[in-house]
Amino acid sequence: MAYSDKVVDHYNNPRNVGSFGKDTPGVGTGLVGAPECGDVMKLQIKVNLETGVIEDAKFKTFGCGSAIASSSLATEWLKGRTVDEAAVIKNTDIVTELKLPPVKIHCSVLAEDAIKAALADYKTKWGTQAPAEAAASASS
Amino acid sequence: MLKFPIFMDAQSTTPCDPRVVEAMMPYFTEKFGHPASRNHPFGWEAEAAVDRARGQIARLIGARDPKEIVFTSGGTESINLALKGIAEMYREKGNHIVTTVIEQRAGIDVAKRLERQGLEVTYVPVQPDGLIDVAEIEKAITPRTILISVMFANNEIGTIQDIAAIGRLAKSRGVIFHTDATQAAGKTPIDVEAMGIDLLSCTAHLVHGPKGAGALYVRRKGPRVRLTPLIDGGGHERGMRSGTLAVPLIVGFGRAAEICREEMADEAARIGKLRDRLQDMILSSVDECFLNGHPDRRLPNNLNVSFAYVEGESVLMGLNKETALSSGSACTSATLEPSYVIAALGASAELAHSSIRFSLHRFNTEEEVEYVGQRTIEVVKRLREMSPLYELAKEGVDLKSIKWKAD
Repeated sequence: MAYSDKVVDHYNNPRNVGSFGKDTPGVGTGLVGAPECGDVMKLQIKVNLETGVIEDAKFKTFGCGSAIASSSLATEWLKGRTVDEAAVIKNTDIVTELKLPPVKIHCSVLAEDAIKAALADYKTKWGTQAPAEAAASASS
Repeated sequence: MLKFPIFMDAQSTTPCDPRVVEAMMPYFTEKFGHPASRNHPFGWEAEAAVDRARGQIARLIGARDPKEIVFTSGGTESINLALKGIAEMYREKGNHIVTTVIEQRAGIDVAKRLERQGLEVTYVPVQPDGLIDVAEIEKAITPRTILISVMFANNEIGTIQDIAAIGRLAKSRGVIFHTDATQAAGKTPIDVEAMGIDLLSCTAHLVHGPKGAGALYVRRKGPRVRLTPLIDGGGHERGMRSGTLAVPLIVGFGRAAEICREEMADEAARIGKLRDRLQDMILSSVDECFLNGHPDRRLPNNLNVSFAYVEGESVLMGLNKETALSSGSACTSATLEPSYVIAALGASAELAHSSIRFSLHRFNTEEEVEYVGQRTIEVVKRLREMSPLYELAKEGVDLKSIKWKAD
């Protein structure tokens, strides 16, 4: 199977590989997939608690090149969005951007799941507080 | 000087040996006769060439009589002819076949079709080291068993089965024994007489011969094995496989078999040394990687390793511009299922997704092995830095303790 140039580019130069400490203020972590299925994605967002904007995002992925590319692309798209704007990213956007073939659509679905899981984790940990309060509680 | 891409996927196919191509060439042009044309020199010449090839292949596998070699289009057809041909011919005698869970796709798929047609098939399990326990085969035999079919050496892990023991068992129980030797022929010594093999499938393109030619060895004496043909027509190949023979390909197959027989000892030693070097490099430089299959009872050209925490296809993707390898990972095929062979060894599905097969051939060099070994190590290390599983494992988290959300 030939990969699209964009998949190859993300595979060779993955954007935003890495991890944030799970309890760092404003960080939401999504861990989706399963080792026995051959794909696991960890996607993290770091939200500015004052503005609600995703300032940084990181990922680590166990999976094929398309899975790596899907999560790498997701981190690129997440940066600079507000939490609400992030929630509208759809797997079909990823399929289109990376020109994923039908057998690789599950990679994009997993990336969307990872985004949702990271947002949900962020909301659970930090979202109930007003941005300023959260910042205060984090620094205390 | 290294020439790219490097081919180390020789259990999928091999390049033709130039000596094989040289032998074939005249049979495309001036020696183009039909071997069944009995009344003119063109036919005689073609028939003589085909019979010479029969002899060359017979000698490679220790067959007494070249007439025991039936030419086919390849390994898949040979396996189909063996299993379906026996099932049909001996259906009065019985309706049960014993085979294994690690046969190549052709073996498994033919058995499944026969099952749908009402035959009973027992799939004997494999041990974690890749060997089939002969006692398990013995247990599976019933009075209605007409065929035992066990591959000689596995296409993914290269494990060589105790074929002689299975042959003895088959003989003692009066059951016909077929072995799929598509991977083993030309790589490891085969003697159908000493090993009690009644039917043997092999193919040209895995022994540096051309694609499109295969053979089925069919024992003529003790017992005389009979088959119902799959293809009816002019009654060629003793009635077992009609159709005009692919003379140039068969000539090439014969020459390839002859070269293998003459050079097998030296070649196996040389390739085995290269394989061992590759294995040592990788296993000594990468933590948590595991050899799949039996460490010793293995084809000299095969190395199959699972790299924990990285997925096989992503490893191949890091190498595929420069090196051709193969993976047992799901994503390499449309099925999305990981290697059933690696899974059958009892490895976790994750490790099945992480397996890479290196298979060497006659023309691989030491320099290529060094390069491929080094690059593989680099790619695996890079992917591990990207792997959430590796990170968790390094933090001391037991991956089994996590409740994974599989879709």
